[in-house]
Amino acid sequence: MNKFINTIAPILILLVSFNGFASSNLDLDSANTDITNKKSLQNGAKLFMNYCSGCHSLEFVRYIKFTEDLGIPKEYVVENLIFNGEKTGDLITSAMPPDGATRWFGGVPPDLSLVARYKGTDWIYTYLRGFYPDDSRPFGVNNRVFKNVSMPDILWELKRSNTEEDFNAYVRDIVNFLDYVGEPAKLVRPAIGTKVLGFLLVLLMLTMLVKREYWKDVKYGKWRAKS
Amino acid sequence: MNNKNWIDQRFPLTKVWNEHLAEYYAPRNFNFWYFFGSLAILMLVMQLITGIFLTMHYKADTLNAFASVEHIMRDVNWGWLIRYMHSTGASAFFIVIYLHMYRGLLYGSYKAPRELIWILGMVLYIALMAEAFMGYVLPWGQMSYWGAQVIISLFGSVPIVGTDLLIWILGDYAVGDPALNRFFSLHVIALPLILVVLVFLHIVALHTVGSNNPDGIEIKENKDKNGIPKDGIPFHPYYTVKDIVAVVVFLMLFCAVLFYAPALNGYFLEAANFVEANPLKTPEHIAPLWYLTPFYTILRAIPPILGSQFPGVVAMFSALLILVALPWLDRSKVKSIRYRPWIYKFSLGVFATSFVVLGWLGMQPVISPEWYVSFMGMIGMKANTALYLILARLFTVLYFGFFILMPIFTSIGKNKQVPDRLVE
Amino acid sequence: MSEQEIDLKKRQILKNATSVVGAVGVGVVAWPFLSTWSPSARAKAAGAPVDIDISKLENGQLVRVLWRKKPVLVFKRDEQTLADLETLSAELADPNSTEDSKEQQPVYITKSHRAIRPEIAVIVGVCTHLGCSPTYRPEVGAADLGGERWKGGFYCPCHGSKFDLAGRVYDGAPAPTNLQIPPYHFVSDTVVRIGVSPDEFEKTPIMKRNRLS
Repeated sequence: MNKFINTIAPILILLVSFNGFASSNLDLDSANTDITNKKSLQNGAKLFMNYCSGCHSLEFVRYIKFTEDLGIPKEYVVENLIFNGEKTGDLITSAMPPDGATRWFGGVPPDLSLVARYKGTDWIYTYLRGFYPDDSRPFGVNNRVFKNVSMPDILWELKRSNTEEDFNAYVRDIVNFLDYVGEPAKLVRPAIGTKVLGFLLVLLMLTMLVKREYWKDVKYGKWRAKS
Repeated sequence: MNNKNWIDQRFPLTKVWNEHLAEYYAPRNFNFWYFFGSLAILMLVMQLITGIFLTMHYKADTLNAFASVEHIMRDVNWGWLIRYMHSTGASAFFIVIYLHMYRGLLYGSYKAPRELIWILGMVLYIALMAEAFMGYVLPWGQMSYWGAQVIISLFGSVPIVGTDLLIWILGDYAVGDPALNRFFSLHVIALPLILVVLVFLHIVALHTVGSNNPDGIEIKENKDKNGIPKDGIPFHPYYTVKDIVAVVVFLMLFCAVLFYAPALNGYFLEAANFVEANPLKTPEHIAPLWYLTPFYTILRAIPPILGSQFPGVVAMFSALLILVALPWLDRSKVKSIRYRPWIYKFSLGVFATSFVVLGWLGMQPVISPEWYVSFMGMIGMKANTALYLILARLFTVLYFGFFILMPIFTSIGKNKQVPDRLVE
Repeated sequence: MSEQEIDLKKRQILKNATSVVGAVGVGVVAWPFLSTWSPSARAKAAGAPVDIDISKLENGQLVRVLWRKKPVLVFKRDEQTLADLETLSAELADPNSTEDSKEQQPVYITKSHRAIRPEIAVIVGVCTHLGCSPTYRPEVGAADLGGERWKGGFYCPCHGSKFDLAGRVYDGAPAPTNLQIPPYHFVSDTVVRIGVSPDEFEKTPIMKRNRLS
């Protein structure tokens, strides 16, 4: 055990803390989302369906999840959040036709089911708030974390009619929602984990007692050290 | 008991129970390093069971594979838990195996008469890496596809037969449906069967000669009048009971990762793999999972010679195979590090460090970071060779040096006096 | 010695306690694995009930919907049709739907018109012979189907099976049994829900839980 600590551990610690090969991180703002905040998730769902789902699908998510996971009543979901006649069990598609999208935007807007898992919440938060005017672009805007993006600044109205603080909160809600959408199990995972670890702790104490009891034989009982 | 007799008359149940558990005498001084064998069995069983249940919902074709994994994560009741157990399990399996192998290096468990156990273990290690590699292709994410593309194309670098070999392996001209389907079959059936058989042989070989121990002494050389090794204790109940405690501790660490951070910031589940495979878009940075990275670094350390990647491939496989030669490279008469001279302890430390650094390097891009380029500029030199390559080559040399020089440094220096009987 | 004996008892107790806790743990771990076999959200969505608005349905008009990948025919029958149904017994193979009745229709379908509300027919449009889609032939007296004796019904083009407007199979047809009636009920006066029986006939709570309603 000593050898392990002496040889490997210091090196591991050094390595894990030193990441001199990391590519220079863009300055990303902290999203500070809280996935336990149901109201934020509900608001995010509403904002997403209203502003984003016209172009972006959530091809792995079912509407019924808004009821089951986020607590939005089913009737509300059907009336206010489903725009294309789909049923609650269906997957969330966007109305954007792919060939139209290619003509208008140069490509199909990507599905966003997993964007929070491969880009991270900080990136999305910075992205949605990172549009700036740029006449050389087709839609007149560019983005500071996604150079020459094809997407217009879809939230500009929201930004214009709200204080900076409120706008940031709305974007945070959308990002929070996308974080949940990336991995719905995230809502329940940690709580179950705590219960499992609690149970294992009890089991650990019991098994340690059993071991100690049996090893009395080896320490001074019938299997004690003999010359 | 009647039932037991009925079975014993037809099947060596009690005989096997006694020979391999209740009357299998293991050294009394097993320490922390000796937990990892039984933990490895636990991991194998866990991967088999979680794998079986994943296979009930996974679809092995390029159109549906990625979506089927998301189906498991979202639609299948408790599917996310089974998936995470399997992905966390893969990394946990390798942590256990590397510690298990390191025990062998510490205590000379590969030395006579245990060479065959070591060889079987090495075959298991290679089979496990193949199993993990193919398993990672199945979710059909960007890293699945491009990792497969990079590694399998290495087979194309074999002189003369390379191109044909590559096409034969892929069943096509590039990684696609045929590759995915055959990897699925190999990962789910062929390799698990091979692994189970090899584990069985590995344990039979071990039980034939008996376990080694932290003092490197052969306990069978000192038996009492009943033929029982004086320093031995029955594996059951003493080590079964002790190993169960280790299992619970291990499960606590395992569950902490599983429930609180299953992706472990990209080390256990890479972010790029949450994007579906796209043959038209290469990711910025292709890297295998951490447990394969040491060999990946050695591969990348060797530059193309005469336009061929083959030397790198040879170096990579040599790094793996040279481990098999260990029982014959080690000339010391002493097994355990406890009684070896300083020079051996130092060499082992250098080797272990090299392995870890090579592993870390395998996760980095092949570049010179900003600070290095400016530093070189400051001292009036140009950073022609990427710092990455310099480090990779240095530690590759150290890695191979451990084996190549072993016949020398295990023959010099003074061993400490090895006792006859185990030290408590 | 007595010290040994106490030890043995203690061991037994500890061993038993640990085994029980361990067994509980194994059970708790096994539960999620077994649950993965229960219908997934995708299966539930695909098997979800289908609602049909019948307020605009005219006499004789037929609506075809897909439920669990099967075509379900919903159509309106007038009084004459219902009266005619009573006269056909001699020509039908199973006029009272007694053959295989558990498979052919829910328990609450008992009359010869085989419906909850006689004027609204709900029938699975899959021929019980080899699975073709029977054609809707409501015209009374159709020449190719028996002239005067044909009171309207379904004709299967594949092998010539004939069914009446309650889905009952004619004698001599290759089809062995009457057309299936799916579980259904009236959510309101104007909406039929295919896939869910009336509350009092709905099976155990577990089935309810598995429904995506």
